[in-house]
Amino acid sequence: MTINILAFGIVKEIAGSSRKVLELENGTTVARLKNILETAYPKMKQLKSYMVAVNDEYAEDDLIVSPNDEVAIIPPVSGG
Amino acid sequence: MIDIKITNEILDAAACIAKATDAACGGIAVFIGAVRNQTKEKKVTRLEYECYESMALKEMKKIAEEAIRLWSVNNIIIHHRTGILHIGDTAVIIAVSSAHRDAAFDACRYIIDTLKKTVPIWKKEIFEGGEEWISAHA
Repeated sequence: MTINILAFGIVKEIAGSSRKVLELENGTTVARLKNILETAYPKMKQLKSYMVAVNDEYAEDDLIVSPNDEVAIIPPVSGG
Repeated sequence: MIDIKITNEILDAAACIAKATDAACGGIAVFIGAVRNQTKEKKVTRLEYECYESMALKEMKKIAEEAIRLWSVNNIIIHHRTGILHIGDTAVIIAVSSAHRDAAFDACRYIIDTLKKTVPIWKKEIFEGGEEWISAHA
């Protein structure tokens, strides 16, 4: 399945784009997605932390990603 | 009443206070976050704020609803600016009104503290000789 991924802040710079298209196996979990991203972009591992959001909500590692989901990578936030 | 806004335009504290003003409320607490001129002894030139707007609006609404649940405050205004900000610019305004001051102070403090932890907004600091995404690295 094809998944669109949004990247923000430092992750946008690491990935070189604010939007990435990834080809994933059906049943891919958030934890697996994080592994794939860290393999593709080793600098992700140097971040203090990061979260994955699916459809505007912070997602747990065991959530399974679906083709029409909006997936976003959320590095440590720093608003205010 | 909850009023939440994310904008590239200059924030207006007087307008936020006017929105929070309520005949049933004896107290309005206001927090204004501004861009300061230095960080870790480096001279800051500007800040660049970026936002995941759809999620940020949802997270801000969750925070406001939780503050109402916890303190029964009447009105919450949260306005956050994005884009390029310079020294002294207002980055965020939170105004909370309630019958009595304790609830307004406590809710206002809770809202800014939680916003900084959960709302997907990021700032890059541009200082003399470099730039850095705040909080990105340990």
